[in-house]
Amino acid sequence: MARIELKNVKKSYGAVDVIKGVDLDIRKGEFMVFVGPSGSGKSTLLRLISGLEDITSGEMRFDDQLVNNLVPSDRGIAMVFQSYALYPHMKVYDNMAFGMKLAKAEKAEIDRRVREAAKMLQIDHLLDRLPKQLSGGQRQRVAIGRALVRDPRVFLFDEPLSNLDAGLRVATRLEIAKLHHSMEDTTMIYVTHDQVEAMTLADRIAVLRDGLLEQVGTPAELYERPNSLFVAGFIGSPKMNFLTGKFAEAKGCKTLGIRPEHINVVAEGQGEWSGEVLHAEDLGSDNFLFVEIGADEPLIVRQPGKLKIALGSQVSLQPRPEKLHRFDHNDAPIR
Amino acid sequence: MQQHKLLKNIAFYALVIVIVVFAVFPFYYAIVTSFSTGSQLFQVNYWPKAFNWANYEAVLGGRNFPRSIMNSLFIAGCTVGFSLFLAVTASYALARVRFRGRGLLLMTILAVSMFPQIAVLAGLFELVRFLGIFNTPWAMILSYTIFTLPFTVWVLTTFMRDLPVEIEEAAIVDGASPWVIITQVFLPLLWPALVTTGLLAFIGAWNEFLFALTFTSSESQRTVPVAIAMLSGASAQEIPWGPIMAASVIVTVPLIVLVLIFQRKIVAGLTAGGVKG
Amino acid sequence: MTDQVMAQASGPSLQQRRQRAAFWFLAPMLVALFFVAAWPLLRTIWFSMTDATLSNLYDAEWIGFGNYLQVRELSSGRTVYRGTLVDPDWWNAVWNTVRFSFASVFFETIFGLIVALVMNAEFKGRSIVRAAILIPWAIPTIVSAKMWGWMLNDQFGIINDILLNLGLIDQKIAWTASPETAMTAVLIVDVWKTTPFMALLILAGLQMVPRDIYEAARIDGINPVKVFFKVTLPLIKPALMVAVIFRLLDALRIFDLVYVLTPNSSATKTMSVISRENMIDFDKFAYGAAQSTLLFAIIAVFVSLYIWIGRVDLSGGRD
Repeated sequence: MARIELKNVKKSYGAVDVIKGVDLDIRKGEFMVFVGPSGSGKSTLLRLISGLEDITSGEMRFDDQLVNNLVPSDRGIAMVFQSYALYPHMKVYDNMAFGMKLAKAEKAEIDRRVREAAKMLQIDHLLDRLPKQLSGGQRQRVAIGRALVRDPRVFLFDEPLSNLDAGLRVATRLEIAKLHHSMEDTTMIYVTHDQVEAMTLADRIAVLRDGLLEQVGTPAELYERPNSLFVAGFIGSPKMNFLTGKFAEAKGCKTLGIRPEHINVVAEGQGEWSGEVLHAEDLGSDNFLFVEIGADEPLIVRQPGKLKIALGSQVSLQPRPEKLHRFDHNDAPIR
Repeated sequence: MQQHKLLKNIAFYALVIVIVVFAVFPFYYAIVTSFSTGSQLFQVNYWPKAFNWANYEAVLGGRNFPRSIMNSLFIAGCTVGFSLFLAVTASYALARVRFRGRGLLLMTILAVSMFPQIAVLAGLFELVRFLGIFNTPWAMILSYTIFTLPFTVWVLTTFMRDLPVEIEEAAIVDGASPWVIITQVFLPLLWPALVTTGLLAFIGAWNEFLFALTFTSSESQRTVPVAIAMLSGASAQEIPWGPIMAASVIVTVPLIVLVLIFQRKIVAGLTAGGVKG
Repeated sequence: MTDQVMAQASGPSLQQRRQRAAFWFLAPMLVALFFVAAWPLLRTIWFSMTDATLSNLYDAEWIGFGNYLQVRELSSGRTVYRGTLVDPDWWNAVWNTVRFSFASVFFETIFGLIVALVMNAEFKGRSIVRAAILIPWAIPTIVSAKMWGWMLNDQFGIINDILLNLGLIDQKIAWTASPETAMTAVLIVDVWKTTPFMALLILAGLQMVPRDIYEAARIDGINPVKVFFKVTLPLIKPALMVAVIFRLLDALRIFDLVYVLTPNSSATKTMSVISRENMIDFDKFAYGAAQSTLLFAIIAVFVSLYIWIGRVDLSGGRD
């Protein structure tokens, strides 16, 4: 329900600047994902929005209201933590009801909201259990349920999936996506270092690096038109290939980027580049070829379907020209 | 090779037995002595000859020793309760809130816990007299705070520091004030630490001698250690070893039972604080 | 402009609120510590510079450092020194305390290491050993003093009996009464009582040494004695140092054991004992206060050493 505006927000711990001036406008009902490598400041930014940390300078507004000094519980936020952070000595019901009890809500109202949230997340049969009697996935649901009960304006997620195993992670990701669709008015901010999570969940992604925003945009924008070499390398899996030296000079740039899926294997002598296949990974649906073409690192080529290419054989490769990314000396794109 | 290993094992277990015997024998011998009376005392007995409860009856039947036990229980109980009450909030502030001077404050508290008690004796003596609590339990409750309070603060701070940060932050988001966080979130998680810390502080207060010796003057106000140290017989030459051992066993058995029940937690508490009990 | 009004209306930030709460949480403890520690200490130091007596605390007169050292020129031209610093009894007590502290900590460390190494091994009955060594620690000092006093009794003591039977001595020894053996008696009891504490601290250090180091050493066929001196000891040295200094501080202030086990023996009288004796028993209140102030100064030096060597994590948190 809230629009969040950050204006030149900075955060420093003593002499160390963690957030170095961030301007960001998060729209009402948007699913915004903060992504970046560790130490980029993405979690700090989330904690500034939550109010758990004070901002050093700048302005933060929720729906045009300045919230710089507002304590977390007055901001209308709810937060799902990485370790779930359930109160170990309280039953699931009390975990979910704790915030409303502290806000002195009526008992019947608390009960209604807790049961509603529990039903929505299919944990209504667990309400009498203690957190230690639950599985990791169930704990995650309770943590989300606790946040739901607060009926927040803004829903904050701090790497909520990183403690789950791979299978559960995909399932919970889907749950969170469904949750977002069912709560269209609620703004959600989600922190992750996993760009796949970012790409699949986000309406928009904010890429952070060293306490600064590198680029903000929809997943497609970031994928197709990265604003810097860093974003180009960070978004997409497997990573974009970067070529320098003569390969880049041939296209009039410092660094040439091409995603593995945008390179075709063509008939002998027809491609721009050619080289020896060092290694091949067959994932069933796709093949990844690692080809030595004389660049700094082997070129990764993604080919759909079955492909019979022997290791050590020579292949000819042709990049799709409209998918080439060219970067100048400042790592900025040339368009 | 096989023989070598066997020999090593025998030597190891011999060492174990030596350690256990050294640790336990004096207390065992005190028990043996406490059941001996009269002339039995004047011959060395390695094994109990008889179970004569006369010494126990003499000690517990007297007017002053039971009072000393009650004094000690009251004093140690009050001291520990008071210290824990102050230490819980203080250790939250020290472990959980960032503020300037926190390091210095912790260092000061650690330093106070290593204070030589004798250094404050003169000043405390004056304070006790000024407050008019000389020769009352309150003199001990006041003075024991000097070692129980820094100890409980220090140990609870180390325990409090280990509680997960995110749980506290979840509570903050839920709208909990620091007081609510302590009482409704942390205390239920900390009670094992509280029991351990309280027990260690209790043992410290129960065993204290210097203040209790200096701040009491009448037999009825003595604590257990002073009473045992002052236990005398009919004449000055004759030390009543039987009753002394009986009294010693009476005040030690509950401590040993408690310590053995809580031994795992006590070891954790001792090493967490790096402080003596 | 309106923004500023709203910022003010929303009041202090979370950190500010927490810091304010922290202040109120700390205040009662600080007040209590002030009254039981800081104030009495200051008063003790003040008394040490007066001529106060037990019966006359309030009309005491300021005499400066007279209780410590006083230099007087007699009319005969002779200079006379008086005060604690030239008092042979005091220096005897200092010597006793230092002797006792270093000897007891030395033996405790050796025995504590042995016990800790035994408890660190995996064997049946390990829990029995742990329970057993906790017993001396749990017994009140006064009780251990009395128990050992009885065992070390010259006529009927079991120690003399054992030693006679083993042929180690040929006549009974008055352990606690005779000046030659009184210190040994005190040391025996103290080492018996405090070795468990030492062992537990060292054991905690030992348990932090990763097991695979030992396994790697065994696979390499290194002699266990060599492993101990080259690997284990350096790794537990920090924990050991902290424990040693800690025990040293404790030993320097010893009072109860000496007072009860060897009363009035000048061979064992420590700084704490002599200070209290002067203060309370001999009605030389100020003189005793001066002596306890000196002990405080000595211990203060060791405390700084402890904090410096221990490098205790005083930052207090994860930040």
